[in-house]
Amino acid sequence: MAIANGTIFGIYGPVVKVKGSDAFEMQEMVYVGGEELIGEVIGVTENETIVQVYEETTGLKKGEPVRGTGGPLAITLAPGILSNIFDGIERPLKDIRALSGAYVTRGLKVSNLDESKEWDVNIKAAQGDYVHGGDIIATVRETSLIEHRVMVPPDISGRIEWAAESGKYKITDVIAKVYADDEIKDITIAQKWAIKKARPYTERQPISRPLVTGQRVIDAFFPLAKGGAAAIPGGFGTGKTMTQHQLAKWCDADIIVYIGCGERGNEMTQVLQEFSELIDPKSQRPLLDRTVLIANTSNMPVAAREASIYTGVTLAEYYRDMGYDVALMADSTSRWAEALREISGRLEEMPAEEGFPAYLASRLSQFYERAGYVTNLNGTEGSVSIIGAVSPQGGDFSEPVTQNTKRFIRCFWALDKPLAYARHYPAIHWLTSYSEYLDELAKWYGENVAPDFMQKRERLMAILQEESSLMEIVKLIGADVLPDGQKATLEAARVIRVGFLQQNAFHADDTYVPLEKQNKMMDVILLFDKRIRECAEKGVVLSKVAESGIADDIIRVKYTIGNENIDAPFEALKDKINETFDRIIG
Amino acid sequence: MAIEYMGLNNIQGPLVVLEGVDDAFYEEMVTVTLDSGEKRIGRVTEIAGDKAVIQVFEGTSDLSLTNTKTKFNGEPMRLPLSKEMLGRTLDGVGRPIDGLGDYFADEIRDVNGLPINPVSREYPNNFIQTGISSIDCLMTLIRGQKLPIFSGDGMPHDELAVQIARQAKVADADDVSGDKFAIVFAAMGVKHDVANYFKRSFEESGVLGKVVMFLNLSNDPVVERIITPRCALTAAEYLAFKHNMHVLVILTDMTSYAEALREVSSSKGEIPSRKGFPGYLYSDLASLYERAGIIKDSQGSVTQVPILTMPNDDITHPIPDLTGYITEGQITLGRDLHLKGVYPPVAILPSLSRLMKDGIGEGFTREDHQDLANQLFASYSKVEDAKSLASVIGEDELSDMDKKYIAFGKAFDDKFLRQGKDENRSIEETLNLGWELLKMLPKSELDRVDDKILAKYYKGE
Repeated sequence: MAIANGTIFGIYGPVVKVKGSDAFEMQEMVYVGGEELIGEVIGVTENETIVQVYEETTGLKKGEPVRGTGGPLAITLAPGILSNIFDGIERPLKDIRALSGAYVTRGLKVSNLDESKEWDVNIKAAQGDYVHGGDIIATVRETSLIEHRVMVPPDISGRIEWAAESGKYKITDVIAKVYADDEIKDITIAQKWAIKKARPYTERQPISRPLVTGQRVIDAFFPLAKGGAAAIPGGFGTGKTMTQHQLAKWCDADIIVYIGCGERGNEMTQVLQEFSELIDPKSQRPLLDRTVLIANTSNMPVAAREASIYTGVTLAEYYRDMGYDVALMADSTSRWAEALREISGRLEEMPAEEGFPAYLASRLSQFYERAGYVTNLNGTEGSVSIIGAVSPQGGDFSEPVTQNTKRFIRCFWALDKPLAYARHYPAIHWLTSYSEYLDELAKWYGENVAPDFMQKRERLMAILQEESSLMEIVKLIGADVLPDGQKATLEAARVIRVGFLQQNAFHADDTYVPLEKQNKMMDVILLFDKRIRECAEKGVVLSKVAESGIADDIIRVKYTIGNENIDAPFEALKDKINETFDRIIG
Repeated sequence: MAIEYMGLNNIQGPLVVLEGVDDAFYEEMVTVTLDSGEKRIGRVTEIAGDKAVIQVFEGTSDLSLTNTKTKFNGEPMRLPLSKEMLGRTLDGVGRPIDGLGDYFADEIRDVNGLPINPVSREYPNNFIQTGISSIDCLMTLIRGQKLPIFSGDGMPHDELAVQIARQAKVADADDVSGDKFAIVFAAMGVKHDVANYFKRSFEESGVLGKVVMFLNLSNDPVVERIITPRCALTAAEYLAFKHNMHVLVILTDMTSYAEALREVSSSKGEIPSRKGFPGYLYSDLASLYERAGIIKDSQGSVTQVPILTMPNDDITHPIPDLTGYITEGQITLGRDLHLKGVYPPVAILPSLSRLMKDGIGEGFTREDHQDLANQLFASYSKVEDAKSLASVIGEDELSDMDKKYIAFGKAFDDKFLRQGKDENRSIEETLNLGWELLKMLPKSELDRVDDKILAKYYKGE
């Protein structure tokens, strides 16, 4: 195959037009200019080829060479990914720092992963074995938390002609030779994969398990399933990033892929720093050991921002193929959509809504559909759950990115500005959010948490719904004139909002709450609801309940009762609630 | 290389087009010489075949297709840098205009800067005391942060910026002589009066020798305005990371900057997105704001306080909206507070500092700071609820609790928010004042405070 060579003809910000060759392929990776900046072919016409450049184009000249590589932009998959931080096209930022200092300069040549490091490889395959794509032929302890399973590339299957002994190898070393398609193919530890192509699997499994996050409003009210997709939309300052960080820290996935897409540099520094200090409660190891970070900050080149999402999801799929549950956080998909808009604008394409290209919806669906709970080629089960933050312009959810995202996700955590202003965190609004996974997960909750978990959730939601309609009246005439029954509802709703939905991410216990405690908190709140309603029915003056301070005892449960050995204190609290009400009712 | 091209092929607003150009590169600087001998500078913004589109900074008036000679300078826009810049006044593209002549350049840098590698960043957690209660307690400024002031026309954002600059300097304990402190001030499209106000205020507080001023005033060329903040930030980075200084950058007014960008974009015929602003407004603003920060291997820092006037006080307008998504919080000024005569009129509910959580508390300010701030925010939002209820049913009809909130709100505006333009409160005073006000509310209403903190600091019943 001929490698295409052309010359630069025009430069328009991140977009370069190339003449002189018609051999470029769509989505081929190319080197642009004397500095060999990395680019991708995004349009081919009879006369010219259009290339988007992943680095700053300042200083490029007309007539500089553009060289094809014969293949699409692909990333390296091998041990060394975890606890690392990459830019949008999988260049390790630590190595870039070593080369170019505090700033990211252009045309840097770094390998994706450390090719000189020797790993302890435990070879599983033996000569004569018949292997298929995806089969695990070796394992490597990548970090203290994660065993890396080296797999046969998906497109190779055949008989192993030769396999290496267990021992120390670099990622470029050949560890097996497979006879396939009438030739001997070398299998190295590392494999390459084009980022825009989803990695294959055997079949999709139905959704059945939740991604437990320890965040009450999510786990109890709007749960996300393993293999599901969720969106967190919210204006600035409503806590998108904070929520993403909380999920990355506490969710029960095996691997976290965190993509900072067009966001603040300090946030990535914070994740890097915080995650190496934070200790995973289960394994007592730093959380960074199960995390990979992709950072394309807002001032990095816009084309690489587009690529960062695909790079992240490809890494996620690779670990899914090993049989892990992977959670991918993308903060923020709106910046990615804006990157599409910016490139599209430079190409003078006909815009659809608000200047976004008409293919926005199809690109979003391609991304979110890479989430799923699957049976892998090697028979293991794994999942990719996607949690995408959306930054709607002006905080208005009717804008194109939010609306199009809603079509491809099934879990919607709407962040609300008034709640954030009142410092009610997480500011996920209970009336505008939804989860379509509730029915599919009901069975799991029933078996693993409490048989009546979903009924309790519905009861709490009903109280909040009722409160919202009562508030319409309260706004007009004040709460004092309401009948006692409705006042009781308002009080119960307050306890739910402040005691249950509000969660303090900076408190040692409250930052992560196990399902068992969430369940018991629901129990005491519902007991309170039942007894205060009883008061209203019996005509007891409700101010006596307020004076007793029992509501505050329930609200403070998140701080007063820890996350372990919770049975006795909760029983004691129930007794106290009953005693208090018995005394009030008399 | 000194090829000069005679004449032009097209003039459109601030842009000129030159054909038959072979050797130009993207974002190269050019010098356009008029027949009269006047020289203007410009920048290549697009190359299409042998056609180069050039932005002329000083504007295109008096240019014709035949009366010019254009020379390509062979380098991108660069700024000479030196410590001697301190105390100097420069124009929007970095040429001295204070009549003191050129300064000796120690280094020359590309004004576009480069993205800071997130791995090289030091996460900012160093509290800056501004002496302003609302800011220190509720939206704490951190060294290396970018914290804009969202204001509106006619509000005292300039006074507030000056007060922050003056008092932040005084509070720096490890820099008694003030040697490590500098201010870079960039004016983009502001009125002469405003620029003079800043200059005079710096003079009065005795810091003028520590200030570099870049002035692109409202009657200066619009295209120049796009370069002004880049020059200012290049100077700030140089002082911070080469000379280990703590640099406070004041950029005003970002709204004029964004409008200049729109003007140039529309004359290039680019496809507009919201309100006619170009689709790359977010990326472009980010390329400025992201230049704040602290890097490892250097003791200096760049802290940004950009000022922007929200058109029609609308926080959802693209400029404040996109800014809010990039910056680490915002100080929002409220028109109603200003009309009530409260200075500084900081509307606390829509204000926020994202970095404050790591720079306050024990070891930084005081252990109760975070809880107190949470509680003040929560209680103040209830004041708003009570006020809106009172506007319907009248204050007399409110419940006792709502009346307490109304009283708390009034006291908060009067004692906590309101302070003199020279009044410099220590963080200790500010926090104590906060607890003093919370005394007006019963203990059961304080649901954001940890029990231990409550027991120690709450002095009410």
